[in-house]
Amino acid sequence: MPATVAEEWLNACSGCEISILNTGGALLELLPQLSFVHIPVLIDHKYFGPLGKGASMEIPEAVVGIVSGSVRNEEHKHVLEEMRKKTKILIALGSCAAYGGIPSQANMFTRDEVFEKVFRGSPSTDAAPDPKHENVPPWLESCKALDEVVKVDITIPGCPPHPDWIADAITALLRGGTAWSLPERSVCDTCPVIREKKSAGGPVKRCLENVAFNPEEGLDKMRCINEQGFLCLGPVTLAGCAGKSGVPRCVQARTPCRGCFGPIRKSARPMVDMMGAMTSIGLDPKTVVDRRAIMNRYTGAHGNLKPLPARPAGR
Amino acid sequence: MGQVINIQPITRIEGHAKVVIQLDDAGNVADTRMHVQALRGFEKFCEGRPVEEMPRIVCHICGICPWAHHLASSKAGDACLGVTPPPAAVKLRRLMQMIAYVGDKLLNFYFLAAPDFVMGPDTEYATRNVVGIIGAAPDIAKQVVHFRHLTAQILENFAGRAIHPTFSMPGGVSKPMTEKEREDILGKAQKLLEFSKFTIDFAKKNVFAKYLDAIKSLGVIKVGHLGTVTDDGALDFYDGKQRLMKPDGSYDDFPSGAYLDHIGEHVEPWSYQKFPYAKRWGSGLSMDLANPSGVYRSNCLARINVADKMATPLAQAELEEFRSHFGRPAHLTLLYHYARLIELVQCAESMVALLEDPQITSTEVRVAVKPRAGRGVGIVEAPRGTLIHDYETDADGLILKANLIVGTTHNNAAMNLSVKQAATELIKNGTYDQGVLNKVEMAIRAYDP
Ligand code: SF4
Ligand code: SF4
Ligand code: SF4
Repeated sequence: MPATVAEEWLNACSGCEISILNTGGALLELLPQLSFVHIPVLIDHKYFGPLGKGASMEIPEAVVGIVSGSVRNEEHKHVLEEMRKKTKILIALGSCAAYGGIPSQANMFTRDEVFEKVFRGSPSTDAAPDPKHENVPPWLESCKALDEVVKVDITIPGCPPHPDWIADAITALLRGGTAWSLPERSVCDTCPVIREKKSAGGPVKRCLENVAFNPEEGLDKMRCINEQGFLCLGPVTLAGCAGKSGVPRCVQARTPCRGCFGPIRKSARPMVDMMGAMTSIGLDPKTVVDRRAIMNRYTGAHGNLKPLPARPAGR
Repeated sequence: MGQVINIQPITRIEGHAKVVIQLDDAGNVADTRMHVQALRGFEKFCEGRPVEEMPRIVCHICGICPWAHHLASSKAGDACLGVTPPPAAVKLRRLMQMIAYVGDKLLNFYFLAAPDFVMGPDTEYATRNVVGIIGAAPDIAKQVVHFRHLTAQILENFAGRAIHPTFSMPGGVSKPMTEKEREDILGKAQKLLEFSKFTIDFAKKNVFAKYLDAIKSLGVIKVGHLGTVTDDGALDFYDGKQRLMKPDGSYDDFPSGAYLDHIGEHVEPWSYQKFPYAKRWGSGLSMDLANPSGVYRSNCLARINVADKMATPLAQAELEEFRSHFGRPAHLTLLYHYARLIELVQCAESMVALLEDPQITSTEVRVAVKPRAGRGVGIVEAPRGTLIHDYETDADGLILKANLIVGTTHNNAAMNLSVKQAATELIKNGTYDQGVLNKVEMAIRAYDP
């Protein structure tokens, strides 16, 4: 008997779903063992029945529930609660679901500030009142991770998560497991660059220029990006973005990590730890431009980002 | 008032929407609406972010076309900071864009659109999907999975991330391509080109011919078109001037920086998604099915309509064949699927051509940039349409204002019209079935929102 799976996306970008499809051959091997009863990106199951007559939203029961995206509005909350009710094991897929993700950067602003900008502060838009209608769900007061709303059984972080881990977690469940998590290692632990535990010092560099490297040589011949004086969140970010083997994806592009896999463990305090990591190699963390936003780029839920009282733009 | 039909979620599309069909007492369509329920507020939370970080923030607007946002943002950043990226950087940006688009177009055609045609629009919903496709045509399905995976792999191996890239920044890109990488990717690109040619032939023989009746009737509307062309009128995805065509085929060209003179956005209380319209035409926006005004479309059908020609030879031959059947501009909504595959051929040919260009391995790929106050409009053609990023920076190079019009938004009014047309034609006297409702969705799916 294939295991039943229901999938939903909330305040999401669909990258998590594309990542599932990018599983490649592993996807084709897994498919016969899974029976998708609901997954809007691929299958035409409807909340209100095939004739659109149902009185209330209905998602079929399934053993495994997968939800990507954060919880931004009333409807997301409703769909998530329905998914929790109907599925035995609920998986939070991706960093939006796990930590709020990029859209939780909006938590630096109030709802009114955002709506004012979008509907009355855009040069191309004919200013109008905020949309208000039974079919446009009101925003919640903040952009939330799933576990701020319901109990989550398994978290597959990443933006998007690597297909290896999606396949791995699902395989574990198919074998009867009920838990799964990534090993607690940092991105730096999987990074082949040269580290000398010191930097040239000076203010932290912005990515206004490229990092220094010889393109004909591998990453093992490149100096650590932090030690080159740029901010790289590798030290405080959970490893896994390159799947089971391979180097951190951003570093592969010769660009710094921005923390998309989230903190290494639940109790970690990445902002504090990162300050420590920088200080230890002689960089002054106070010189990081736009520090609060950049250090919480994928983790604005759980109260990490909040509107600040009147501050000059951008600081 | 009579019954209300709720189609939610709209499925096999890459976004979130809901259609509500209101019937009158006689069971005929009184009104229809496509509601978009999601709003994330990027325009606001980009304020204060360093402009060089923007390409790796805004790509998260869409996980299907992150490369389009990534590049539009890089171009807006180039303009804010007043820099011209080195030629090899532009070529690499274009190359990554083409590889990503080939993957996207394969995904769209085989996984999202094809079930309606291969299984048929009226089949039971449980089989009308990619799993059904795998059952019906396992060999082709295997190849699609393989080639999609290949596009993602090329992007990851070279540029780190296939989804939500970090490769491009104001001033250029983060790394050059080595000769070894070029040769390796070229071999793969040639295979992708072959599969792209197979795909359009397969579709012409087995799909479009069979569904000509549906193509001629479903969701048909006659509105304007928007796209991007080079100075000599060829379709371009990365750069050029914008062309806004009226329903009758006459058009205006404008430079990116002048978009505000040509395009406005209207807000309706019943959708978070705005309704862009052709401000330049001076008649505002009306979504009256009998007499629409100000409505234009974006995405592939619009692009191949506004372009005088395709940029590559095989795609050009396909366009000529297409035009011999459907003319210019072609209005039939389901022709989006056909147009998408003509574009697939151009993307695949361009990809190979870029890789055959020896300049692409130049090691000069980025000019260092300096923060400054400025404004920059960056426009690229995203898979779903003309994508506009308009930024203003302060003296520290932090974003003061960001205005974004994403590809699919341009189609909001047109999609609403097509839904109305389809529902009105198909639902009579209260009689309909799930096949009918699926056809209403097919009118949306064509736009690939
Ligand atoms: S985690 Fe990343 S890929 Fe997944 S929905 Fe969020 S932004 Fe998209
Ligand atoms: S700080 Fe960045 S570059 Fe340095 S080792 Fe860690 S992940 Fe690699
Ligand atoms: S290097 Fe960091 S930001 Fe980049 S993909 Fe890996 S975890 Fe995410």
